[in-house]
Amino acid sequence: MLDAVYLIRENVNIAPFVYRMVLEGDTSHITRPGQFVNIKLDGLYLRRPISVCDLADDSFTIIYKVVGKGTEQMSTMTAGESLLVLTGLGNGYDLTKTADHVAVIGGGVGVPPMFLLAKELLKMGKQVTAVLGFNTAAEVFLADEFAAIGADVKIATMDGSAGVKGTVVDALRTVDGIGYTYACGPEPMLKALYDNTDVSGQYSFEKRMGCGFGACMGCSCKTKYGNFRICKEGPILEKEAIIW
Amino acid sequence: MVNTKVNLCGVELKNPVIPASGTFGFGYEFAELYDINVLGSISFKGTTEEERFGNPTPRIAECPAGMLNSVGLQNPGIDKVIAEELPKLRRRFSGPIVANVGGFSVGEFERSAARMDAEEQVEILEINISCPNLHGGGQNFGTSVEGAAEVTRAVKAVTKKPVFIKLTPNVTDIVSIAKACEDAGADGISMINTLFGMRIDLRRRKPILAQKMGGYSGPSIFPVALRMVYQVYDAVNIPIIGIGGISTAEDVIEMMLAGATATQVGAANCVDPWASQKIVEGLPAAMEKYGIKDLSEIIGGAH
Repeated sequence: MLDAVYLIRENVNIAPFVYRMVLEGDTSHITRPGQFVNIKLDGLYLRRPISVCDLADDSFTIIYKVVGKGTEQMSTMTAGESLLVLTGLGNGYDLTKTADHVAVIGGGVGVPPMFLLAKELLKMGKQVTAVLGFNTAAEVFLADEFAAIGADVKIATMDGSAGVKGTVVDALRTVDGIGYTYACGPEPMLKALYDNTDVSGQYSFEKRMGCGFGACMGCSCKTKYGNFRICKEGPILEKEAIIW
Repeated sequence: MVNTKVNLCGVELKNPVIPASGTFGFGYEFAELYDINVLGSISFKGTTEEERFGNPTPRIAECPAGMLNSVGLQNPGIDKVIAEELPKLRRRFSGPIVANVGGFSVGEFERSAARMDAEEQVEILEINISCPNLHGGGQNFGTSVEGAAEVTRAVKAVTKKPVFIKLTPNVTDIVSIAKACEDAGADGISMINTLFGMRIDLRRRKPILAQKMGGYSGPSIFPVALRMVYQVYDAVNIPIIGIGGISTAEDVIEMMLAGATATQVGAANCVDPWASQKIVEGLPAAMEKYGIKDLSEIIGGAH
């Protein structure tokens, strides 16, 4: 874990209410896909936890949706400004648990962390199907980027305006041979996946956090392996550990 | 050279900076980041007889210059704390340890205090009769002079170690409760616990916290805590550990001028994991700035 100042290299609107921000600085503490960072913003007391979407030697990318004061403030920032960020938080996905053909499944703002994950899995020689769920075609983002790195992309939209009509579960049904799943999205999506897939996997959860590094016990959840802190033992839980 | 040492009922602290219970766990997360031996003491996670998961989530909410929590004393229970957490903390921290004890009945406070008394590593007992997140629990004792005195007497009867009673600010007259604790034999007062508050999510039109209400902490409550410490200092002759929104070395000095012998840092640890260390490191410069040679000489200096 590192608390450092990062320079905003880019902050652009990529879909309705959705922004991509590239932050330049020390990325040495970000070690696994699925980890998150915690961002300090002026005038707000608690930091804002956001998952890492992409990683380079001297920068990392986050994609966030404007949902409240914190993300609204972030959306008004411009290249050249800087942010104080705690990096290297959370367990991240365990890539030793995998299969030859895997699905990375993201719903809405759950899509971004699946990008770095897909890159890592492709580097390992895995066949990766990216199943991305959105409400409408207008809200779709990152699909081209997933295709560009070599993932098979399956889109699901609730209104059917792009890809399969329905949820990521419906889109996943159109793919054969998946041996393992990685998922991030709203809890109802994760629950639907849990109930409708036979293969094992790892699911990323979200909760309101206090500290983001395991001190305050604000984001605890019960699992089959005992009490976990979503920010510390999570946010990724193995499917077998989850208690709904 | 300035002197940052303070003395709490015969227990010497190298400085008056103590991470507050519930914001520092049992120290390990922080020990990975810095040498926690720089701290004056550590008040560990509030411990109850039985293991507790605490309240349902969400149990954290943002506030102006602060936060709400309704964690509800999640802890592994006293058996595990004594067998596992305390030895682990001791390996990382050689200074005096404050054992924070929570409870639901006078009997529970008494039994837990007796067990902590037997632990060599524990130097001070801090009895939490003020958690706002326990229904039918701690706070009920902290909101009446009779309840506060009853717990104090029960705990004092089973330990020789200094007993600090941690008080809630959610009362009409905190001074009378502090006095009741002193009269019942308390060796010191820890104050204040969080202010009872709530936030509502405008989109859902429902309280953010699953418990609806929770404890408000952070820099915004500092003036309230300071005022209460100032009032209680006038009324009692036992030392006070000042708690509430302390975020800087200057806050420590201000709290001590109000009457605190030592201070605890709570919410600040949650937004900056190095906060307690920074406060310790900032003390000598702040003391020099305000012409303070010996920190213990300024206790109650504003009166």
